[in-house]
This record gives sequence, structure tokens and C-alpha cells, in this order.
Amino acid sequence: MLNRLDDMLNFHAQALRIREQRQQVLASNIANADTPNYKARDLDFRAALQGALQGASASAAGALATTSPRHLEGPSGPASEPGLLYRTPAQGSVDGNTVNMDAERAAFADNAVHYEFDLTRITQQIKTMLAAIQG
Amino acid sequence: MSLSNIFNVAGSAMNAQAQRLNTVASNLANADSATSANGTPYKAKQVVFAATPMGEGGATGVNVAAVVDDPSPMKQVYDPKNPLADEKGYVTMPNVNVVEEMVNMISASRAYQSNVDMMNTTKTLLLKTLSLGQ
Repeated sequence: MLNRLDDMLNFHAQALRIREQRQQVLASNIANADTPNYKARDLDFRAALQGALQGASASAAGALATTSPRHLEGPSGPASEPGLLYRTPAQGSVDGNTVNMDAERAAFADNAVHYEFDLTRITQQIKTMLAAIQG
Repeated sequence: MSLSNIFNVAGSAMNAQAQRLNTVASNLANADSATSANGTPYKAKQVVFAATPMGEGGATGVNVAAVVDDPSPMKQVYDPKNPLADEKGYVTMPNVNVVEEMVNMISASRAYQSNVDMMNTTKTLLLKTLSLGQ
């Protein structure tokens, strides 16, 4: 039963975690808007969430199949940490910096709203569960 | 936790921008300082920003790697009455480009503001996270 409750919250909890990480990456971009040769980075949210959900539902997703107990196991950690991608610069700059401030600010605000959405959804789910428990 | 790490990232950027603003201030203040404690004219200073990793997950802050002397040539002003003038009547003045410094100042203050905004947003998100489920 508790397992079900956990599963119900899992999706938005994972989404929240990735939103948090993306927020951090976007914050780094804005912070480094004037750093020469800094390359702006971003997270592919869809790929990251898919990886995280697969990693959460079957933690041995990336594990090697073994046919003998003496086989070595590969690193079986969840392959849920997708690499950070580099942004394609819209306009080049002389100092090699690829931060487009407008795009970064927009992405930052967008990500913040999505983060709040995930929080709201989790709160609603908790309320639903409480209603079901208390009758 | 990633969100609270944003405070470190934004804080480092604000620190770096404040130092840049400080440098601009001293450049502008000394735009006409033809001599100094060691007898040479003031040389414009510029900060060099460098990205520094801050914790895992791709967080990158800013630090000031160095404060360097501006390599541009010193200004030569013809002023034979000045006691600092050479035998041809030219005084060596600081290589501060006032227009460039003003642009630098606006850029630094805007970048500082962006980071303050970022911190405010993060604070709101963190406070909302703390009240999760209420």
C-alpha cells in the first residue's frame, strides 16, 4: 500500500528533481554571462525525466545480464544522469561566450513556473491521499 | 540540494560583478591622475572573469581570476606648462577610456541585477518547497 503511495508521488518528485537541476544549470549560465569562453549549457528535460523514471522503476536497467555467479557486474547504477548539452549559439561573440541572456532569462522563468506546477501537483496529490485515508 | 546551490552560484557572480564595478570606479576616479605614489601615471585596471565549477550537476560560478593592467597605450597630452611635461611638452596621462568604462559600469550593474532577480526567484521556489503539502 505504501508502495502505491510512493509510486503516485514518484513522477512529480522526479520531475521536481530534474527541474531543480535545470534551474541550477540555467543559473550558472546567467551568472557566467560575462565570462570569456564560457559555453552555455542546458538539460534535455524529456530525456532526463525518462532516464530518471526508468532508473527509478527498474534500477537495474543498465545492468549487464550475467549467466554465471562468477561474472563481473558492470556498474549498475541508474543511468539517469544524462549529460549536459551545450547550447547552439544564435549569435557568436568575440570572447567565445555563448550565453544568450534573453533566452536564458526566459528559460529560467519558464523552469521556475514548471517547478511551482510540480510542487502544486504534489500538494494536490497529498491532499487527495489524505482525503482517501481520512474518509 | 541544487536549489540552495543557486545561491552560491548567484552569490559568486554578484561578488565578481561588484569587483568589476569597483575596478570601473577606480578607473573613472583616476582618469586624470597623471602621477601616483611611485611617480608613474595611473594605469587602467580590468578584471578577468573565470568560470569555476561549484558542486555537482553542472553548477558553475564565477570568480575573478586576475586584475590586470590595461595594455592599451597611455594618452599623450600636450601641456608644456605642466611640471610633469617632458622636454617636448607632452604629459603622459592614464589610458582610461571613459566611454568604455561607462559601458562596463552599465553592463556590470545589469548583470548584478539579473543575479539578484535570480536569487529572489530561487528564494520563492525554496520557500514554496518548504511549505509542500500544506
